[in-house]
Amino acid sequence: MAIELRVPTILRTYTGGAKAVTGDGATLAEFIDNVNGNHPGLKERIVEGEPEELRRFVNVYVNDEDVRFTGGLKTEVKDGDVVVVLPAVAGG
Amino acid sequence: MLVIEQETYDAIVAHARRDHPDEACGVVAGAEGSDRATRFIPMLNAAMSPTFYEFDSGDLLRLYKEMGERDEEPVVIYHSHTATEAYPSRTDINLAQEPGAHYVLVSTRDGADDPAYDGPVEFRSYRIVDGEVTEEEVRVVGSYGESPEGED
Repeated sequence: MAIELRVPTILRTYTGGAKAVTGDGATLAEFIDNVNGNHPGLKERIVEGEPEELRRFVNVYVNDEDVRFTGGLKTEVKDGDVVVVLPAVAGG
Repeated sequence: MLVIEQETYDAIVAHARRDHPDEACGVVAGAEGSDRATRFIPMLNAAMSPTFYEFDSGDLLRLYKEMGERDEEPVVIYHSHTATEAYPSRTDINLAQEPGAHYVLVSTRDGADDPAYDGPVEFRSYRIVDGEVTEEEVRVVGSYGESPEGED
């Protein structure tokens, strides 16, 4: 088992076109680091700043829950979870 | 070029006029790779603002899951400008993250939202890729089935 990351179209350049990739970790932050090891560059499209935070216009869901309501990058994850990344649809 | 059906075109304009003075937004989904915008999906502007729009995060997830199940993609992403021309703002350009989509802008400025208004409404389409905006022609057709390639 592993944790699955569903990759949005705009980030598939980092995954060789794959719509989903897998990784491991106990928290969302660890999981993103782990996935980034195989797909360098992916992380900085999702996370920014120091301390690291989710980018304002990227939405991340763990098992359909928006992680902004479950602890952000500290959200716990486990084998079998599905992490969905979706760029915000927004503008002015 | 964006080829769009009259009924969808009218629905986008009607949504923009109805939500004025706030910006209206939504998607027209279509089969992956078809470039045909067939399923009109008006979205709630979670920002409820005359100068900004953003899909609600829960709505966004439901939308993308549903499109995934139907093998669809967002062929058109539309929103309105309520006081300025139908051209992408700097914010629109910075936040555009669907390089395959036609970004449609409608303007409801200068009274175009008024129910009595019967004139043309600005309706323009763009590609926005890596911060580059390219305007494209909009061709309105009765229906996709009746518009063979090369015929007006």
